Amino acid sequence: MAKFILLFLKLLAILYTVQAVFEDQVGKFDWKQQYVGSVRFAHFDNQIQSSKKVLVATEKNVFAAINTRTGELFWRHVDKTGPEGNIDALLLQGQDAVMVVGDGRILRSWEVNVGGLNWEMVLDSGSFQSASLVGHQEHVKYVAVLKKAAISLHYLSNGHQKWIENLPESDSVDYQSVYSEGKGEVFVLGLVPHSHITVVVYSIDDGEILKQFTVEAPWMPDLQSSCSVIGKGMLTCVDAVVSSALTHCTFLPLQSIGLEVSSGFRPVLVSSQPNAARPPLSEFFLQIGPDQHVLLQLNKGQILTLRDFKPAMLVSFATTGEKTVAAVMSPKNKTASSINLFSAETGRRLLDTTLIFTMDPNGGKPEKVGLITNGSGFPGRVLWTREEALSDVVTMEMVDLPLTATQAELEGEFGKKADGLMSMVLKRLSSQLILLQAWLSHLWKLFYDARQPRSQVKNEVTIENLSRDEFNLQKMMVMVTASGKLFGIDSKTGTIVWKHYLDNVPSNAAFKLMVQRTTAHFPHPPQCTLLIKDKDTGLATLHVFNPIYGKKSHVTPPLLPQPILQSMLLPLMDQDYAKVLLLVDDQYKVSAFPSTKNVLQQLQDVASSVFFFLIDANQGRLSGYRLRTDLSTELIWEVVIPAEVQKIVTVNGKKANEHVHSQGRVMGDRSVLYKYLNPNLLALVTESTDQHQERSFVGIILIDGVTGRIIHEAVQRKARGPVHIVHSENWVVYEYWSTKSRRVEFSVIELYEGMELYNSTVFSSLDRPHAPQVLQQSYIFPSAISAMDATLTEKGITSRHLLIGLPSGGILSLPKMFLDPRRPEIVSEQSREENLIPYAPELPIRTEWFINYNQSVLRVRGIHTAPSGLESTCLVVAYGLDIYQTRVYPSKQFDVLKDDYDYMLISSVLLALFFATMISKRLAEVKLLNRAWR
Amino acid sequence: MPSVAYGNAVHAGICSSVHRLPVFSSVKMSRSVTIHFAVLSSLCFLLLSRFVNCNNGRRIGDSLDAELSGFSVPLEHSFEVDDVTTFRVRGALILKPGREQSVSLYQNQLSEEDRIKLKEVAAVDGLYKVRIPRVSLQADRMERQMEGHLTAFVRACAMVESHLSDVLTLHTDVSGVLIAVSIVTIPGACRGTEVEDEVDLEVFNTTLTVMAPVSAPGPETAFFLERLEQETEKKGKNPQEQKSFFAKYWYLILGGAIFLMLSNSAQPPPGGAREQS
Repeated sequence: MAKFILLFLKLLAILYTVQAVFEDQVGKFDWKQQYVGSVRFAHFDNQIQSSKKVLVATEKNVFAAINTRTGELFWRHVDKTGPEGNIDALLLQGQDAVMVVGDGRILRSWEVNVGGLNWEMVLDSGSFQSASLVGHQEHVKYVAVLKKAAISLHYLSNGHQKWIENLPESDSVDYQSVYSEGKGEVFVLGLVPHSHITVVVYSIDDGEILKQFTVEAPWMPDLQSSCSVIGKGMLTCVDAVVSSALTHCTFLPLQSIGLEVSSGFRPVLVSSQPNAARPPLSEFFLQIGPDQHVLLQLNKGQILTLRDFKPAMLVSFATTGEKTVAAVMSPKNKTASSINLFSAETGRRLLDTTLIFTMDPNGGKPEKVGLITNGSGFPGRVLWTREEALSDVVTMEMVDLPLTATQAELEGEFGKKADGLMSMVLKRLSSQLILLQAWLSHLWKLFYDARQPRSQVKNEVTIENLSRDEFNLQKMMVMVTASGKLFGIDSKTGTIVWKHYLDNVPSNAAFKLMVQRTTAHFPHPPQCTLLIKDKDTGLATLHVFNPIYGKKSHVTPPLLPQPILQSMLLPLMDQDYAKVLLLVDDQYKVSAFPSTKNVLQQLQDVASSVFFFLIDANQGRLSGYRLRTDLSTELIWEVVIPAEVQKIVTVNGKKANEHVHSQGRVMGDRSVLYKYLNPNLLALVTESTDQHQERSFVGIILIDGVTGRIIHEAVQRKARGPVHIVHSENWVVYEYWSTKSRRVEFSVIELYEGMELYNSTVFSSLDRPHAPQVLQQSYIFPSAISAMDATLTEKGITSRHLLIGLPSGGILSLPKMFLDPRRPEIVSEQSREENLIPYAPELPIRTEWFINYNQSVLRVRGIHTAPSGLESTCLVVAYGLDIYQTRVYPSKQFDVLKDDYDYMLISSVLLALFFATMISKRLAEVKLLNRAWR
Repeated sequence: MPSVAYGNAVHAGICSSVHRLPVFSSVKMSRSVTIHFAVLSSLCFLLLSRFVNCNNGRRIGDSLDAELSGFSVPLEHSFEVDDVTTFRVRGALILKPGREQSVSLYQNQLSEEDRIKLKEVAAVDGLYKVRIPRVSLQADRMERQMEGHLTAFVRACAMVESHLSDVLTLHTDVSGVLIAVSIVTIPGACRGTEVEDEVDLEVFNTTLTVMAPVSAPGPETAFFLERLEQETEKKGKNPQEQKSFFAKYWYLILGGAIFLMLSNSAQPPPGGAREQS
């Protein structure tokens, strides 16, 4: 046994010496960006004048503090995803931020300076309606939480419940808001739609009902959006035609104060209560049109118009000390907006408070305006922007950067058409001159930079100096986000080089990003195509752009009037080196983009070898089609997996840019086991509709996409999803939840042709009559996983690793060697010869396998890998809530000299040897001469 | 829940009719696949798909009664020069109810007209398609037909050049419902060899297989634990193995320590001025 363990350890030591980064390498090859998501609640921490924090609670269930000067995160708390971690309300009082989480399940209080948790209380069940701070005698001491059938009051200091009371008639009355103005009473407002408003007044001390009355309001549809308490105890509601006050119900037609609501618009009230212990302001905004706001004042039951703002996009109140100002954002022209400040009491404009900022037309729409009032005035420019769209990346590609201008000049010479000897000579001379000039300017820059201290030399990434490096390690990351905003990010530094906001992206859009032309075809610019498809209607649009500069291409994409079923990128190229994109519509007609004559001609030639498949997951129907020369299609195979038993979850093909270096594996007895490398193989994952833990199963079907032939069909019993799958070379790795053992398990399937190849020159799905040998083995994995992919290198020589995103924030680089169905249970001489690791049911997680050391990447949704120019190096981007980019070396840097390589030693040894040979040669000559004389 | 016959050998009867004198035989041929590794999945694969090739001298009348007690579905094929799909009956699949699923195939021979057409289709590299209706192989659900067909294809030239020797595989899901049919010819390649003899294209030489999904293995903890136990037992028997690390290698450690001490004391510490390059 000891011998065995020693051998095993030796084996490991040889294969995997430590793969961690050194301390001085931290951040050298990797970067991380943290995001919070789209903001739901935001509060400025204006307790102290010098405070520079804005607290945000977001749609992604993240609570964070952002530095108002730099836009960086002070701290961030990430809660559970889904409704469990949903932030219902955020209230800020002094140094405490009170949060209601998970539909009123949990009440939390945070300390905003360091982001520590003050206390947490689990509340009684009941669906959450509203929460409010409750003040008493000029101090805010309590927080009131209103639920569907009960109201509870909690101490702000420790969260303990002061009292809880059931609401009267809670089954008929829809209680919607809670309000207090610091006089020892809590008002609860309820509504019976289209009938009346109920007001219940509780005593703060013991929760006794002091008063209860109703107000007839048959026109009222909803309380929260159209009503607001304004001034001293006046509930002001607005309807399309009427305005009413709470205590003595008066109806005030808006026309009487000279206001007209735009037709079809529901007016909205905006009011402000700067201090929970005092009544709200008597001034309020009324939005009466999509871009019209009116500042009104309620004075002794009369409503006065202070100022009419039109056009105004967003309005907000801000309080500093005793003063309250109103901020109004209005559009100036198409790209710029101005923010003006007005005195809330009089409606007069405050001097020198105009702030104009240009809005990038690609920046999307502003949603909220907040003000930082620190008395020093405004710098008049945008301090920072955070691209929170990047917290929801859907798909991405990595595109090679273009050549430098000088390299491009030389290349261009070959690209142009030849016209005469003389002009060619002139062209060559001119390009050589340009090269000389570039070299001189480079020398000058070196000289100039050398005189400056190192810290001042700027290394900013701009579009101008983007160029490919020696080993193609720097690339352009094109990221598509769910909101329809595209980003171009430099992979080396993480700088956003360009962004482009797409209008009219449906909210349920599916995206597919394709690289039609890479940067390799100078002078033609690289070209990416984004297919945006509405999931409901199936209608699609194409956005064609340059991935390096983000500009929309001048190539007009075809209009697609029919719903699109399938799209595919063919390896065919048109005369401009753009790959042909085929789109199949719901009439099974195929259209090509670009659709020049040349392309159509080529398509006709290859039509009989163009096959594609369609999958209808709802009915479990897979069907294969063949292209005809007239671009119509012909149904050639059909497979139906009954949807009543199992439903198709994932279909996973192989990556198109994958290379496999070796066709087989050398076995212990020196024979070769050939891999079954079918580029058309699809891995289909199904899950049983029966969710009972004894009967649920996960099905894996390997099917040939051309012939529809099922290569292998396996069922993992007592298993459930979510299934993560990686399909590459001749193997499929998938992960599932074992309901029997209650653990995560990995399984690997490998396909082999056997000891001899059927046809070693070319693979054709139409001519492989023999089914491959299938080997499978399963393992226990000691953690849940959130995303998975495999490393990818230029030539496929480097050994493969699986990159696994864990919920804990780590990204694990697990050698594929551990997932090898040929791992022997009993070690033999031959398996030792092959370097097979003896079978152990559990896969290890070693800390040095975490490629992101302590840089946790939360909620990883996808991992993208791309090859670099170095065979040993693979670029990795993990995206989710955060974005993390790094390089991995699965077989170590076998083609790179180490950083501390001793050039001095090797050159001095060489020189010494050189001189030694010279001297010894001379000596030998002398000796020979002497011998001749003798 | 109907018991699903996993692990049971699937019996597949294959039948080829020879020129109006249909004779049958049943010669079992175990598939000769060299198993180089004892891997469960491939074993399962072999267990589940036993090939049966029929070619004996039993007269059709002898077995027909027994065979026809099953449920029959048509096997259709289509081969057209102009790529229009029109399916015609090629034969019939007889699904026999019972604990052991059994499928056998009766097929007609190709007519003169069809032979010529097949050669024509092969000449223009057309496709030869087959289809069967969606049915369940489970006894209790056999009568109920589901909507739609399962289709597969092979190049017509491969069909011609292999002299109609094809392998039909029926794939079922866990509940025994047919989900796919696949057809390959052996040999599968189209080399452009001319088939002179018309007789070669008369009779189908079909091998029929039914494939049910294999059970994927789970992690083999039991075996691993057993092996670990054996190892510890072995270790317990051998007292020499129980010695601690220091007990075994004390002399090496001592020697190393002495060597280190000597070498340290022998070499005076280098001057502080020396820099490391």
